[in-house]
Amino acid sequence: MTTTAPVPVLAPSGRDEPPPRPEEAPAKISVRGLDFYYGRAQALHAIALDVPERVVMAFIGPSGCGKSTFLRTLNRMNDTIPGARAEGDVLIDGEDIYAPGVDVVELRRKVGMVFQKSNPFPKSIFDNVAYGLRINRLTKSKSELHGRVEQALRDAALWSEVKDRLKSSALGLSGGQQQRLCIARALAVRPEVVLMDEPASALDPIATQKIEELIVELKRQYTIVIVTHNMQQAARVSDRTAFFWLGKLVEVNETEKMFTNPDEKLTEDYITGRFG
Amino acid sequence: MDYHRRLDTELDVLRDRVLVLGGEAEAALGRAMYALAERDSAAAREVLEGDDAIDRLEVEIDRLCIDVLALRQPAARDLRFVISVAKITPILERLADHACNIARVALDLNDEPRLRAFPDLSRMAAVASSMLRAALDAFTRGDAAEARRVIGQDDEIDVMYERLFRDLIGLMVAEPAATPRAARLLFVAKHLERVADYVTDICELTVYMTEAAIIKHSY
Repeated sequence: MTTTAPVPVLAPSGRDEPPPRPEEAPAKISVRGLDFYYGRAQALHAIALDVPERVVMAFIGPSGCGKSTFLRTLNRMNDTIPGARAEGDVLIDGEDIYAPGVDVVELRRKVGMVFQKSNPFPKSIFDNVAYGLRINRLTKSKSELHGRVEQALRDAALWSEVKDRLKSSALGLSGGQQQRLCIARALAVRPEVVLMDEPASALDPIATQKIEELIVELKRQYTIVIVTHNMQQAARVSDRTAFFWLGKLVEVNETEKMFTNPDEKLTEDYITGRFG
Repeated sequence: MDYHRRLDTELDVLRDRVLVLGGEAEAALGRAMYALAERDSAAAREVLEGDDAIDRLEVEIDRLCIDVLALRQPAARDLRFVISVAKITPILERLADHACNIARVALDLNDEPRLRAFPDLSRMAAVASSMLRAALDAFTRGDAAEARRVIGQDDEIDVMYERLFRDLIGLMVAEPAATPRAARLLFVAKHLERVADYVTDICELTVYMTEAAIIKHSY
């Protein structure tokens, strides 16, 4: 009888090591034969995709192509939609996140999400970042809580801008700062995957640049999946890009190849603006 | 006008302008060789006078490329096309500079006694011109196979150049008085050899534009 070592569920990776090259990195997320339905309407068709560990994967495609729907299947955010159901396999570190008994709250801690519109709570900056830590009881002492909040704000490149006003309302921050606060809030609970649904679409170019720089920096520690309508943004920040069309995954490739010489004509037509 | 129609229009303008530049460079080369072969100094001066227009065309294409890159942010085949145009343009301008240098040699030699004929020189010019024409056609059609065929012709030029080099050195040794004129012809041969190298570069860029394959330096 042979035994194999148990696969750790969403185990943290060696975070101080340089990220592996995308083509060499093990799959953090592995999706096979995923169909997704809103009631009787099928929104995703037989999606098969691997997201390597500690890379930035961008999803592009026209409105309604299913990229945001697919993003939300990766931490079961669609579960809250009546009539929505997923069929197929979504594995994170080899574990099926749709298997019976999966703790969805724990899943969403490990697979954090940042939305298009920043959504800080009407609380102080500190309390926003501390929120997930407190409700999940992830810290044992006040000093540990403070340390985790500070680290999350540093990781989100916001610390230097807010360190002297942590008790101020988060709603007083600029749009770009609010979005980075939401990223800090997501990072505070130490996720392993961060999903971003058009995180910079409502921001001005300077705030967008900060978010993009942050994404590239975060890649050292996290696996990041970003939905974007901005193809230049996908080209700037991502290692791999997936193109969706009518609920199907048309092509997934190295970003450099995708934007210089895609394999599929449909992809080429889309990224050169000759779609339809 | 929507984005992709505007982009298509701009790419068409770029293609047209590059072909005009290629045509001007090809004409300059042919005219310079004619000036040398026929001892026609007026033709040589025409080549030199026409160079400013070629330089202006190069700058115009540069600006168009920059505008397209900055304003349209092309991708995939459009990006490869603009990159290729941006790299082919200075090649054509330098190629025209070689034509000017040949025209200057013609102006110098036309006042001197004629040397004996060197058939390899006119053959080199004919092959180089033909390569340039074929390279521009291949670029226009996006014909990578034809571009590769043209690249193969560069060896023919190199063989002729080596032979001509030996012949002209032989002449210098045999007739020291002919050395200044033979040396000038040697420069012409070198210019033609460089023209063929530039044509090869254009063909390599056509392969890149068409197939996204970088084949220069044997990569």
